[in-house]
Amino acid sequence: MTRRFYMDFEKPVVELEHRLNTLKEDPLAHEPDIHKEIEWLEEQIEKLKLRTYSNLSPWQKVQIARHPERPRLAAYIKEITSDWRELHGDRAFRDDPAIVAGLATIGGRQVVLVGHDRGSDTRDRIRRNFGSPHPEGYRKAIRFFRLADKFNLPLVTIIDTPGAYAGVGAEERGQAWAIAESLRTLTDLRVPVIAVNIGEGGSGGALALGVADHIIVLEHAYYSVITPEGCASILWKSKEKAPAAAEVLGLTTTDLMKMGIIDEVIDEPLGGAHREPGVVFRGVESAIVRTVERLLKKSTEELTTERYERFRRLGVFMEPAADTDAGENAR
Amino acid sequence: MPLSDWLKHRRQQLAGDPAGKRTVPGGIWSKCANCGETIYQRDILENLHVCPECDHHFPPSPDEWVAALLDKDSWRQTNSNLTPEDPLGFIGRKSYKESLAAAMAVTDGHEGIMTGHGRLADRAVYLGVMDFRFIAGSMGAVVGEKVTRLFESAKDERSPVIMVAASGGARMQEGMLSLMQMAKTTAAVARHSDAGLPYISILTNPTPGGVLASFASLGDIIIAEPRAHIGFAGPRIIQQPLGEELPKGFQRAEALLEHGMIDKIIHRRDLRNELAGLLGYLAGETSSKVGATR
Repeated sequence: MTRRFYMDFEKPVVELEHRLNTLKEDPLAHEPDIHKEIEWLEEQIEKLKLRTYSNLSPWQKVQIARHPERPRLAAYIKEITSDWRELHGDRAFRDDPAIVAGLATIGGRQVVLVGHDRGSDTRDRIRRNFGSPHPEGYRKAIRFFRLADKFNLPLVTIIDTPGAYAGVGAEERGQAWAIAESLRTLTDLRVPVIAVNIGEGGSGGALALGVADHIIVLEHAYYSVITPEGCASILWKSKEKAPAAAEVLGLTTTDLMKMGIIDEVIDEPLGGAHREPGVVFRGVESAIVRTVERLLKKSTEELTTERYERFRRLGVFMEPAADTDAGENAR
Repeated sequence: MPLSDWLKHRRQQLAGDPAGKRTVPGGIWSKCANCGETIYQRDILENLHVCPECDHHFPPSPDEWVAALLDKDSWRQTNSNLTPEDPLGFIGRKSYKESLAAAMAVTDGHEGIMTGHGRLADRAVYLGVMDFRFIAGSMGAVVGEKVTRLFESAKDERSPVIMVAASGGARMQEGMLSLMQMAKTTAAVARHSDAGLPYISILTNPTPGGVLASFASLGDIIIAEPRAHIGFAGPRIIQQPLGEELPKGFQRAEALLEHGMIDKIIHRRDLRNELAGLLGYLAGETSSKVGATR
């Protein structure tokens, strides 16, 4: 397989793979000497891959999450749903293609599915604004959250955005208002909500689809309060410091699990989801099916109370004894 | 001003009195940062930190907000004992711990928000006032927890909530835990709202980012101060395709009113009366006992 795109840290692997392919295509490839060489190379590549990919830095993970060949929403819809019926519009201003919504069947179970779509080729990516929604995108999402609630269908959200769009129109139409309303709507939804982060979880624009009962994240996906570039340009006044920012933000699945922010991590094949997408599709599908079945056993009351508590307990602070009783201190 | 008063005032300023220090630095006379007019500083202080010449609204301290909005001696602060931690061991150009220490030195212990309850025109209210001096009023775990508790207590006491917002957004030094405060505070606002209780949000200069994209924009009624800068993204990162200039008055309170994002713009001197009037309509069913009994 020829790969069109690779990242800097993958270069040694790609070079060896290239040499291997050249050898394999050699008409003398079946000669014992060359055959031996091929076997040796294959072994070396496996070792190098393990070394390269099993100790990825946070910044390298961010790069994998943004990899142009990484499977995006459309691929998941194709591979894990059946009877997909896409529906459109926010009923107010415009259909935002950065948010895709519709009815789907996953593992025999009917659900409402809402996700960020970053597009599959250059033209599609531009049309979908690279997965950065405008307020109408969030208002479209809210429409489908309410649809799920009304028709008692579990809601599955797919998160994959660099962030909500920052532009004049987005501001004028109330980006912050739309995100807040999205959070608020998910907060008391009476059906199970399952969020799956398949790539980028960029700040509030990602969280707007992420107030869920169960949050699943792919191994190399990231979830961050601010993009590493944004953090770097604020703290170091330089985007070049993004790798350093990625280190300190605690945005990897390992960090997120430790902090109790996410509930489940789905392993990716060595090198990332794009290397063997089938494995990842099956992993995501079975995680969704298993979780929907588990959550459907809960009453509405249990669901909403547990969702409240899930976010209620997040945050680390100290609370020394107050000066007076009942936590109140008169001034 | 008699000399003794002047000396007292000056001493307060030198001791870092937030009110004197923040509006406009220096002595008796100061220059308005907006209109450039030289003004007797006491005139600004007595005018609720509004420039008497151009009506520019400077930020009062949380204590001054309480004095401006609530009935005399009715205020009880809550949860001022909550203090931040450094969950990520965050080190940027300087460490989060250093930033926290510096911020604590300019505020008196209430972190990025001061919360509590009191009475407004003899009606019980729960009040939160954010403090921009504390790491740009950013929302970390302490702000998120105090906002959440404010709405939870107000719900239990069946009281309205008034929130004076001023913030730089989510506090990135606490990483994802700070982003999660958006979900946490929103859920608390929702429960308070579902109980049929009123929430009035006051957006002051500036209110961007994660605070606006959660509890600050969810008020039943949203009031902004004149010319306050309010928006999701900072103007520096707003993307302009062909390098065009941003529209005039972009992200200012007046533009937001025009676009239908806020209910009204109220001059600070009229705010207390306006709130009393609005609550007269919305808070008819709420408790009037809070504050009176404590």
